[in-house]
Amino acid sequence: MDAFLFIPCLVAHVMPQVGEATARVLARAGVTPRLPDGQTCCGQFAYKRGLPEAVRPLARRFVEIFEDAPAVVGPSGSCVAMVRRYPELFDADDPFRRRAGRVAAKTYELGEYLVDVLGCPDLGARLPLRATLHASCQTTRVLGVGGHTERLLAGVADLILTPLPHPERCCGFGGGFSVDYPELSQAILDKKIEDILAADVAAVIAAEPSCLLNIGSALARRGAAVRTLHLAEVLAGEAA
Amino acid sequence: MSAAKHDFAKAAAKALDDRESRAILDRAIFHIDVLRQRSVKAMPDFAERRARAVAVREKTLARLPELLETLEARVTAAGGRVHYAEDAAQAAATVTDILTAAGAKLVVKGKSMVSEEIGLNDALAAAGIEAVETDLGEYIIQLAGQRPSHILAPALHVSKEQVSALFQEKLGRTSADIPEMTRIARDSLREKFLAADAGITGCNIAVARTGTVTVLENEGNIRFSASCPPVHVALMTLEKVVETLADAAAILDILPPSATGQTLPVHLSFFTGARRDGERDGPREMHLVVVDNGRSAVLADPVLRDILRCIRCGACLNVCPVYQAVGGHAYGSVYPGPMGSVLSSVLAGGEGDPRQPFACTHCAACAGACPAGIDHPALLQELRRRLAATEPDPAARAFAALARHPWLFDGLAAVARTVDPRLTKTAALAPDSPVGRFLRGRRFPGLARPFARRFRKMGQGGKS
Repeated sequence: MDAFLFIPCLVAHVMPQVGEATARVLARAGVTPRLPDGQTCCGQFAYKRGLPEAVRPLARRFVEIFEDAPAVVGPSGSCVAMVRRYPELFDADDPFRRRAGRVAAKTYELGEYLVDVLGCPDLGARLPLRATLHASCQTTRVLGVGGHTERLLAGVADLILTPLPHPERCCGFGGGFSVDYPELSQAILDKKIEDILAADVAAVIAAEPSCLLNIGSALARRGAAVRTLHLAEVLAGEAA
Repeated sequence: MSAAKHDFAKAAAKALDDRESRAILDRAIFHIDVLRQRSVKAMPDFAERRARAVAVREKTLARLPELLETLEARVTAAGGRVHYAEDAAQAAATVTDILTAAGAKLVVKGKSMVSEEIGLNDALAAAGIEAVETDLGEYIIQLAGQRPSHILAPALHVSKEQVSALFQEKLGRTSADIPEMTRIARDSLREKFLAADAGITGCNIAVARTGTVTVLENEGNIRFSASCPPVHVALMTLEKVVETLADAAAILDILPPSATGQTLPVHLSFFTGARRDGERDGPREMHLVVVDNGRSAVLADPVLRDILRCIRCGACLNVCPVYQAVGGHAYGSVYPGPMGSVLSSVLAGGEGDPRQPFACTHCAACAGACPAGIDHPALLQELRRRLAATEPDPAARAFAALARHPWLFDGLAAVARTVDPRLTKTAALAPDSPVGRFLRGRRFPGLARPFARRFRKMGQGGKS
């Protein structure tokens, strides 16, 4: 069985290790990861700036790139949520509306794919680490697959999970929001960082690269000894 | 969009610098949302309650003009009078005229956000009518010369120490003890209730078939305001109507748990018309002022009309990370938080920052907490779309244009990786640019050798 990798631009150029871990996890689950050419950005940034017409050409490109995939798997709740919105970008009589609908229906967030499509296989992951889970807003509330993340993490040997005081509290990134309102974004982020530091853990896990980037860069700025790990990295057992 | 419009970013920055207020807000808001969560969890049928309430709101909005006609007929039959007001100014003038005609000089008020929306207190003051807020929170706010910072808990941002100092300054009596401070406020308000020429209240739900104004409260001041003075003026916005008492019950099933974590409030009042012949109490005159102020236009909007489902429970404010961080005053409008960011954008003469819909992280906590099934992020997204149509936003457009050309997209990423991989040079050159401000509290991990090149070396799978 094959699955096409949907690698968000943030992963492609800033966190490539998350892409590698995603490919490894799929291989471990018996699925051959394939990387189609020409991927760039799903358009989420422009979409949230209120520019759906700027996203439409990107949606068309995505449909063309992934149309023949048996399944499309990406390590980002927010980017997968964007792809799920593609059909509504096109008029009812535009053939791309149906084509986008077909692609959206077979596009999955990594945890969602592992649990819903593959039936939560035993990945043999082991990670002796004290960690906490940041339940990304886009993964939990927007895609509604936060339970999938938790179930997969529960199967990781030697991983000790300490709950965060407010696990679903936003980390304050919000894409363009963090650039439009940097101080406000930072204030929301600071609360998240305080929660993480209070949990006294060695790592914080999320299924969303943008949260990890936001949280990780604040932890780095403070010189805190807490790593950020994507769900894929945990399942790939790379820190073992 | 005039230059005089409110600047949320500036107001938010000011609010963030006020550490004392932030600490007070943090404590209070956490407390109020814990009550909601506990109450909702304790109701195994909350999802069904929510579905019933959403169905009631939807069927009501679909028949609004007809239900308002029925309401008018029933209120009139019960001895009341119904007045319609197109906008805020007309609404304030209508109330002022009613009170002037009744010779009212002193008015007691129950908590009403509509009265804030129409700027009623200022209009009454200009007409020489003294209006006294009788909800404890509103009373505190009025004494302090402020505006409510929360639609349900107007004095959420004020600590008990601040109230104590305020009472000493304004009333000449105080205490450090909350029950004692409440007694002081009661004593002072009691004289006003007994002397008042009229009472003004809001309306949580208006029942069309019976002509009934339904009000929820915990303090008894609304019931006092509506039943003791000789004139009762109730204010409602037009979407507050439902058809039957059973419909009202469906709203009552979700409103108190979502608002204050209660199953029912301490006082639940049903006011129908004025005092009838042979009755010994109740107002001699009852007026219901129905305010539009842009809502008819919203009702005709296929996307934004959903905001009219709002029942003003305040749950979306309590869970919003932006509201939690800056509090209600930063919004510069009567309605703050997620519901306010939508409503203020669509009301006639809407106050606040026109770009408010962009001040949202899209975390969707509001939609998750809303008992009326409003998808605030979707409505804010639609408002963003309408605002963006008039803005150049070169950065977002350029980024989207670049992403259409993979070789250009990847090529520029490679250039950036060589020139300024951690954006430190950019931040140093322009510390006050958005990138510079973004990086003040963050260390960017840096652009890396792209995934595609690494994947080819992984020796598994391959290019398709």
